Amino acid sequence: MSSWLDSTPSNLKARHQKAKIFSVLCTLLTWFSVVLLAVLIFHVSRQGVTWLDGKFLSSFPSRFPEKAGVKSALWGTVWLIGVTAVISIPFGVAAAIYLEEYAKKSRINTMIDINIANLAGVPSIVYGILGLALFVRWFGLGRSVVAGALTMTLLVLPVIIMASREAIRAVPSTLRQAAFALGASRWQTIRHHVLPASIPGILTGVILAMSRAIGETAPLIMIGALTYVAFTPDGPMDSFTTLPIQIFNWASRPQEDFHDLAAAGIIVLLSVLFVMNAGAIFIRHRSARGQRW
Amino acid sequence: MKKAQDNVSVGAGGQFQVSAPKDLDPHLTTSPEIKLSPETRNRMSQDTEDRQRKTILTIRDLSIYYGESRAVNQVSLDIEERQITAIIGPSGCGKSTLLRACNRMNDFIPEVRIEGSISYHGKDLYGGNVDPVEVRRRIGMVFQKPNPFPKSIAKNVAWGPSINGYRGDLAALVEKSLRRAALWDEVKDRLNESALGLSGGQQQRLCIARALAMEPQLLLMDEPCSALDPISTSRIEDLIFELRERYTIIIVTHNMQQAARVSDMTAFLDTGVLIETGETDQVFTRPREKKTEDYVSGRFG
Repeated sequence: MSSWLDSTPSNLKARHQKAKIFSVLCTLLTWFSVVLLAVLIFHVSRQGVTWLDGKFLSSFPSRFPEKAGVKSALWGTVWLIGVTAVISIPFGVAAAIYLEEYAKKSRINTMIDINIANLAGVPSIVYGILGLALFVRWFGLGRSVVAGALTMTLLVLPVIIMASREAIRAVPSTLRQAAFALGASRWQTIRHHVLPASIPGILTGVILAMSRAIGETAPLIMIGALTYVAFTPDGPMDSFTTLPIQIFNWASRPQEDFHDLAAAGIIVLLSVLFVMNAGAIFIRHRSARGQRW
Repeated sequence: MKKAQDNVSVGAGGQFQVSAPKDLDPHLTTSPEIKLSPETRNRMSQDTEDRQRKTILTIRDLSIYYGESRAVNQVSLDIEERQITAIIGPSGCGKSTLLRACNRMNDFIPEVRIEGSISYHGKDLYGGNVDPVEVRRRIGMVFQKPNPFPKSIAKNVAWGPSINGYRGDLAALVEKSLRRAALWDEVKDRLNESALGLSGGQQQRLCIARALAMEPQLLLMDEPCSALDPISTSRIEDLIFELRERYTIIIVTHNMQQAARVSDMTAFLDTGVLIETGETDQVFTRPREKKTEDYVSGRFG
């Protein structure tokens, strides 16, 4: 018995060719973005690395380039990100747990769902205006770290919520059933099984959110962090400046030396980001051990 | 062990299930004049001599709806203490739904609605003041696919008792439960290794051990061997048969040979209706209903 295949000209060769072309294309595009990033880092390093020394990290901004440093901006960033993390992670994870584990299907919850997804796409300057009106003026927090962190929290909360929900949803329901069948309450099931199993995914969301917050400039300019600050914040109520703002500030000066300072600032910013992400990846790796289904 | 004794005394206050109530469908219980095979007679005489047959779970006119569609239709069934009751029937006949109603696992599906009653030692499981968590503490469950926690073997077994406030020696309880689940010898040297490193059959026995650690009087098993290979299946079947000494078991299976091998009583369910129930031997060799005969002889389902 002969099949129709025998009488049809083979198109296998053409198909293999197409597959080959597509895989080469994907490889090229991947390398394109990697190379672009490498060029950027190389360029910035060459420009800023000579300015990068202990004095740069331990000096306050100055109108003389050789005396200027990022101390206040670096500490401002550390404070801002720290307070933002402390506020946004509990809120975000709690909201995700509520929406995934507790919320019943209702019109209000569907509304919340849609709104969170939409909030993630709102331009950051809008959050800046909201922060200015709400936290700086109405709550009377002034141009403080807390006001900045609250504004940043608004900005990154949707990211954390969505990533955490995704992670919680990925926990197999059989695991929850096993816990419930042993007489566990809902909280015990969440606390002992759902949360530990979803921590890697939640941390991924946190990394994304914090990386976004650390580089954000517009909303902070809006709430008035763009000022000359010649001290490091001692508490959450102090005023502050951050690395991106300092970089922006230097880059907008006419003198060439300040442009090099901006490049050095970028290296510091990237290093902070790198250390933060490495820490989160380390925690994620540790908590992911022995977690597979 | 103390707990098990307590349970016996609690059980003594319950109903005795020897003869069927008159208002019930006549075929719900075995008629006494049925002749039994010597093997079954042997097994039964042992049963009736050293244990009193008490009804532990009484299901009355139970209907379960998923939204509009009715998955279980007016089922009445008595589950006797220290017996293995098999619920058999074709796929989608509502047997798992019925089983999951017995420890309120259906509560997690929002559209499920229940009519009728299930009483455990005379107490309605769906009564207004009944805490479903309390129900699940008392009535254990083993699922279709092995679902160990991604924790160590010992922690898998210890977790249930520890969250429920167990005060005794956890290590001893873990060992006892693993022994009862016929897993101890295989895992005693690696109690602190991840349970996910075990084979499928071992994982399922671990899940049984985990359920036994709560010392439940009643254990529900939802097709516990359907995801396992034949060798693991036969080990679990042996185990189930041994467990009958201490526990009451309801096992849902679509494997008729399995029901015939391990169970004392069999209930046959079709499209949500309880067609026939009785001694396993009788249901398989002399079914009273035509439908049962067709099913057990492999003519449908």
